Amino acid sequence: MSEHVEPSAEYSTDHQGDHHAEHPGYGTFIKVWVLLLILTGCLVGVSHLGQTAAVWGLLTLTPLKAGLVFYFFMHLRYEGPLFKVVVLVTLGTLLIFFALLFSDVAFH
Amino acid sequence: MNEHVHRDDFGSRLGMWLFLVTEMVLFGGLFIAYSYMRYRYPVEFHHGGGELNATLGIINTLVLLTSSLTVVLAIVAVQRAEKQRAMLFLGTTLVLGLTFLVIKSFEWAAKFHHGLYPNSPHLATLPPGEQVFFGLYFTMTGLHGLHVIAGLSVLGVMLWWVATDRIRQDRYVHLENGGLYWHLVDVIWIFLLPLFYLAA
Repeated sequence: MSEHVEPSAEYSTDHQGDHHAEHPGYGTFIKVWVLLLILTGCLVGVSHLGQTAAVWGLLTLTPLKAGLVFYFFMHLRYEGPLFKVVVLVTLGTLLIFFALLFSDVAFH
Repeated sequence: MNEHVHRDDFGSRLGMWLFLVTEMVLFGGLFIAYSYMRYRYPVEFHHGGGELNATLGIINTLVLLTSSLTVVLAIVAVQRAEKQRAMLFLGTTLVLGLTFLVIKSFEWAAKFHHGLYPNSPHLATLPPGEQVFFGLYFTMTGLHGLHVIAGLSVLGVMLWWVATDRIRQDRYVHLENGGLYWHLVDVIWIFLLPLFYLAA
């Protein structure tokens, strides 16, 4: 137990350190939450303006809300590129399946 | 005496994200099925959405969004070694999660009371498009409800670990991962609200 002084401590600071260079405070997350509430209000409001407006609201506001949760609450903003790539590849795959299904539907 | 505990917080979070990716594909498949069925039965989906209680759906959205906030605030509190505050935030999340389930159970009970439940005789008399709508409604909100129960169990353990100092300022990756799961459950609900409750 000599040369090898507290390797675990060093290891962990290193790892906690590189992703949490500076921890965001309470305020950041509360602001995001307020924004999420406002967007929910907009979504509900838009859904009363007829079918077309409702569908556009669904297609724009909902991914925006999900993006805010991913980016801030799920800390993607503070992670390296790997995690972002993993999420984007997944969403891209789903989008490909979606496009394949509807291109098939279009030709029936 | 020098106990070497191997720790790889990055790897731990990566593992959690890979699991979450499978969850996204699971629900993504159901969302794709929904979009095709809605394209095929627009009128029936519109009518089916009208049968749901939009107010309860919106209240549950606010409840889940707030519970997501309190989880992330609990992480900030742990980072600042504010144990009492972290426990308060996590406790609030648990209460909000339970509130969600109670509201959900009232909503489902009302549906059952009106003869709307999987494979019910009343459902069989409805047009095929509405049967599909309620089939997807029960499958997707039911699967989501199971995820809420799982998430609450995980966060309950996290609260216990914060209380017993197993999660603390220099070691909180478990709480981060538990939080990640809870946020994904929240994201899925963000999509379920407009797809079902606001569909009318």
